[in-house]
Amino acid sequence: MTETHWLAISILIPLLTAPLVARLEDPRRSRTLTLVANLLALLTAVFAWGTHDSNLVSESGGGKWLALDRFSAPLGPLAALVFLATTLVTLRTKIRRFSFAGSLVSEALTLGTLACLEPWGIIAGLALGVVPPLVELRRRGQNPRIFALSMGSCVVLLILGQLLEDYEGPDRFRQWWASIPLLLAVLIRCGAFPFHLWVSELFQQAAFGTALLFVTPMLGAYACVRLVMPVSPDWVLRGIELGSTFTALYAAGLATVQTDARRFFCCLFLSHSALVFVGLETLTEIGLTGALCIWLSVGLSLTGFGLTLRAIESRRGRISLDQFQGLYEHAPGLAVGFVLTGLACVGFPGTVGFVGTELLVDGVVEQQPVTGIAVVLACTLNGIAILRSYFLVFTGTRHRTTVSLSIRKREQIAVLSLAALILIGGIFPQPGISSRYQAASELLRQREPALHSPEEPSPEDHHGPPAPHAPEVGKTLGE
Amino acid sequence: MPDLEILIQSLGLVVVIAPSVLLCWLGIPSLVGRPLPETWVHRVVQTVIWTGLLAALAVLGLMLSSGQTHVMVVGRQWVHIPHYHFAIKLVFDRLSVPLVILTFLLCGTIGAFAARYLHRETGFNRFFVLYSVFLLGMTVASLAGTIETLFAGWELVGLSSAFLVAFYHERRGPVTNGLHVWSVYRVSDAALLIASVVLHHLSGEGDFDRLIRGEASWPFGSPTLSVSQATLAGLLLVVAAAGKSALIPFSGWLPRAMEGPTPSSAVFYGALSVHLGAFLLLRVSPLLDASPVTCAVIVALGLASAAFGALANRVQTDIKSALSFASLTQVGLIFAEIGLGLRYIPLVHILGHACWRTLQFLRAPTVLHDFRQLENAVGGSLAGRRRSWDQWIPAHWRDWAYRFALERGELDQWLFTWFVNPIRDIFLACDRREQRLLRGSQSSVATPAEPWTRVLEENP
Repeated sequence: MTETHWLAISILIPLLTAPLVARLEDPRRSRTLTLVANLLALLTAVFAWGTHDSNLVSESGGGKWLALDRFSAPLGPLAALVFLATTLVTLRTKIRRFSFAGSLVSEALTLGTLACLEPWGIIAGLALGVVPPLVELRRRGQNPRIFALSMGSCVVLLILGQLLEDYEGPDRFRQWWASIPLLLAVLIRCGAFPFHLWVSELFQQAAFGTALLFVTPMLGAYACVRLVMPVSPDWVLRGIELGSTFTALYAAGLATVQTDARRFFCCLFLSHSALVFVGLETLTEIGLTGALCIWLSVGLSLTGFGLTLRAIESRRGRISLDQFQGLYEHAPGLAVGFVLTGLACVGFPGTVGFVGTELLVDGVVEQQPVTGIAVVLACTLNGIAILRSYFLVFTGTRHRTTVSLSIRKREQIAVLSLAALILIGGIFPQPGISSRYQAASELLRQREPALHSPEEPSPEDHHGPPAPHAPEVGKTLGE
Repeated sequence: MPDLEILIQSLGLVVVIAPSVLLCWLGIPSLVGRPLPETWVHRVVQTVIWTGLLAALAVLGLMLSSGQTHVMVVGRQWVHIPHYHFAIKLVFDRLSVPLVILTFLLCGTIGAFAARYLHRETGFNRFFVLYSVFLLGMTVASLAGTIETLFAGWELVGLSSAFLVAFYHERRGPVTNGLHVWSVYRVSDAALLIASVVLHHLSGEGDFDRLIRGEASWPFGSPTLSVSQATLAGLLLVVAAAGKSALIPFSGWLPRAMEGPTPSSAVFYGALSVHLGAFLLLRVSPLLDASPVTCAVIVALGLASAAFGALANRVQTDIKSALSFASLTQVGLIFAEIGLGLRYIPLVHILGHACWRTLQFLRAPTVLHDFRQLENAVGGSLAGRRRSWDQWIPAHWRDWAYRFALERGELDQWLFTWFVNPIRDIFLACDRREQRLLRGSQSSVATPAEPWTRVLEENP
C-alpha cells in the first residue's frame, strides 16, 4: 500500500465511525468506539508517514488532493495523537457533554486538510472544519457571534484570495494585492492580534476538549504555509512577522494576569501560535526550521497542558486563577504533568521545544535583533505565567475533599506518553531537527520559482549554484 | 599518551552521567507515581555523589600528574544542520574542576543532612528529585564549554531553586516567594539567552574557547572580540549574573528564598547557586578583559551590593535572613574582585565562602543551642560591645541607615513600582477591555446555557 492509501484510510476510519458513534446511546460505548477509531487513525497516519518517500510528492491515486511532503508528513500523526489523547482523558464527568461523533468528524477533516496540497482542498477543509464546533455551540444554546463572524470572514477571504490567485495567472507574484485576502484569512484563523477574540469566545463557550481540538492542530499556520508563503512578497511577510511578534508578546503578557484557566490557556496558545508565525515569516532556513520545530513541540506540549487543565476541570469545575487551590496533595501526577508540559511549551532544556526555541531566536535575531529580543521576552513571560498558574492551581493552601482526585489510569497513560515524547524528543533532538530542516529547505525552494519571474535572472546566476543539500535560498530570500 | 587521554575522558563522562542517572533513578519512579522509599533514596544519592566526586578527583589527579590544564571531555555535535550547530562540550580546566568538586562535596553533605532533616516529611521524595535536578544543572553549568550548554545547566538550577523555595507549598508565603524568585530568574535567563545568541553571531560559535586567541586555557589568553562587541555581550552577561547572584537591584529575592527548607537554603543561597553568576563572569573573563566599561559596571555593582548586604545584615531578626545578606556581601566582593581583573582570588573566595556559609546554614537551626553552649563554656555573655565608630555617625544618618536596612533598601518596591506594576496594569487594562468586548457579544444570547461552575467533587 502507498502513502495515499494509508492517508485515505486514516481519514475514512473516523469519518465512517462517526455515524455509528452518533447512534449509540451509551456514552461509555461511544467513548470506547471513538478511542478505537482514534487509535486506528493514528496508526494509519503513522504508516502513511512511514511509507512516505521524502524525495517526491505522491502523485499516485489522489494526486495533490491526498499527498504528503516533508513538511506535512509528521503533522497528520501529531493531529491524530491529539485526538486520541483527548478522547483518552475524557472522564465520566465529561462524557455526556463531549461530542464524540463531532470529534471524529473533526479528526477526519483535520487529517484531510493536513494531507492535502491542493489550495482548494485546504480551503474546503478549513471551511468544513468550522462546522462541528459551531454545531456543538448551537446545541449548547450558545451564541458564538465573534467565532461565527471570524470564521465566516476567514472562509470568504480564503475563497476570494484563491480566486484572485487563480485569476492572476503566472505573473501573479508581482500583484501583491492578490495575496492580501489570503493573508487576512490566515491571520484571522490563527488568532493574530486584533483578530484573536474568537479564540477566547470558543474556549469560554465550547467544551474544553472541542476548543482544544479545534486550535491545537494549528490549521491556520498550515494554511499560511500552503497558501500564503509561496505567493506573498517578502515585505508583506515581514509585516506579518512584526504583527505576530506583537501578538506573541501581548498574549504572553495577558497570560500573566489571567484569572480564568481557560482564558489563560487561550492566551498561552495565541502566544505560541504567534511565535510559530514569527519563525515562518523569517524566510531563512534557521528561522523556518525553528518555527517548524516549535510547531511540533507546541502541538505536543500544549495538548498535554490543555488536557491536564481539562482533567482538573473535570474534578473541580471551571478553574479560577484568582486564588490558591492547593490540589498537589490530591493529584501529584497531574501536577507533574502540568509542569512538564508547561515547561516544554516554553522550550525548557531537556524538553522537545528547547532546540526549536534556540533556532527560532537565532533565526529571528539574525534578521531583526529587536524582534529577537521581543521573542525572548515573550518566552520569559510565558514561563512566568505557566509557573504562576501551577502555583495557583496546585499549591498555596491545603485543599480538603472527601473524594479522591488522584490521576486515573487513562489520564496517566496519556500524560506519561506525552511526557515520554516530550523528553525523548528533547534529549535526542537531531532526527526531528534534521527532518524539519529538510522541510524548511523544501518550502523555501517551493517559494523560489514564484520569486523570480522568467525574464529576471535568479540569484544562482550571480552566485553560482547552491549547495546540493543545503541551498542558500533562505539567506538570499531573507536579505 | 592515548591511554591516559581515554581514561580522563571516561572519568569525565562519569562525572556528568552520575547526576543524570540520579535524576532518572529518582524522577522516573516519581513520574509513574511509585516513588522510592526513603532508605533507597538516601543510598542512591550517596552512591551517585561518591561516584561523581571520586571521578572528578581522579580527573584532577590525572590532569595534575600529566600537566594538562584543559581537557575537552565531550565534544559531540548534539544538533547539526547547515548554518547551525549545537555542540555539547564539557571542559575540565582550572575553573571548572574546583567548582565541580565543590558541587559534589557540598551536595553530598547536604544530601546526608537532608535525609535526616526531612525524615518522614511528606515532601521527602520531591525534595530529592529537585535536588537531583539541581545537581545535574550545577554539574552541566560548571563543566560547560559553550554558552548554550551553560544556559541549559543554568535553567535547571533556576527551576529547582524556585520549586525548593516553594517547598512548603501548602502555605501561601513560600509559594509567592517561589514565584518571585522564578520571575527574577526568568529575566536573568532572558539576558543570558540574548547574550548567547549575540556571542553566537559575533564569534561564529558559542564556544568559550573562541573568546580567546590561540590555544591558551583559562584564565590566560587575549580576547578575540572588539571593545564594542565585548561591551555589548558583557553587559548582557552582567544582567544575567546579577539576577542569578541577587546583586542590586535584584537582591530582594535572596531573603525571600529562605522560605525553603534549610538544606536547600544552604546549598542554593549560601553555597552554589548564588555563586553561579560570579562563575559565569569568570568563565567569560577574556571578554571582560576586552571591555573596561563592563569591568567598571561589575566593580560598581559588586561594591554597592556588598555595602547593601552588610547594612541589611545588621538589622535582620532571623538567622537565615542574616546569613543570606552576609552571603550577598561576600558575593558582591567576589564580583568586585572579578571586575578588578583578578581571576584566582575570586575563585578561591568562592570556594572558601561556599564551604563556610554551608556550615553556618546547616548549624542555623541549632544556633541558640550552640550559642548557649559556648557561653557556658566561656562562663560569660558573648554579646558584643557597641562599636565605638557607630557613635561618630550623626543620629539622623543612623536612623536613615536603620530604616533603609530594615526595609531592605526598598528594592522590591522599586522594581514593582517602576517595572512590574506599570506592565501589569497595561495588561490588566487590555484584559478588561477584551472581557468587555466578549461580554458585549454575549449580551444578546437568546438562551444562555447554564454555566458549568459547580464543584464536581462535592456532587460526585
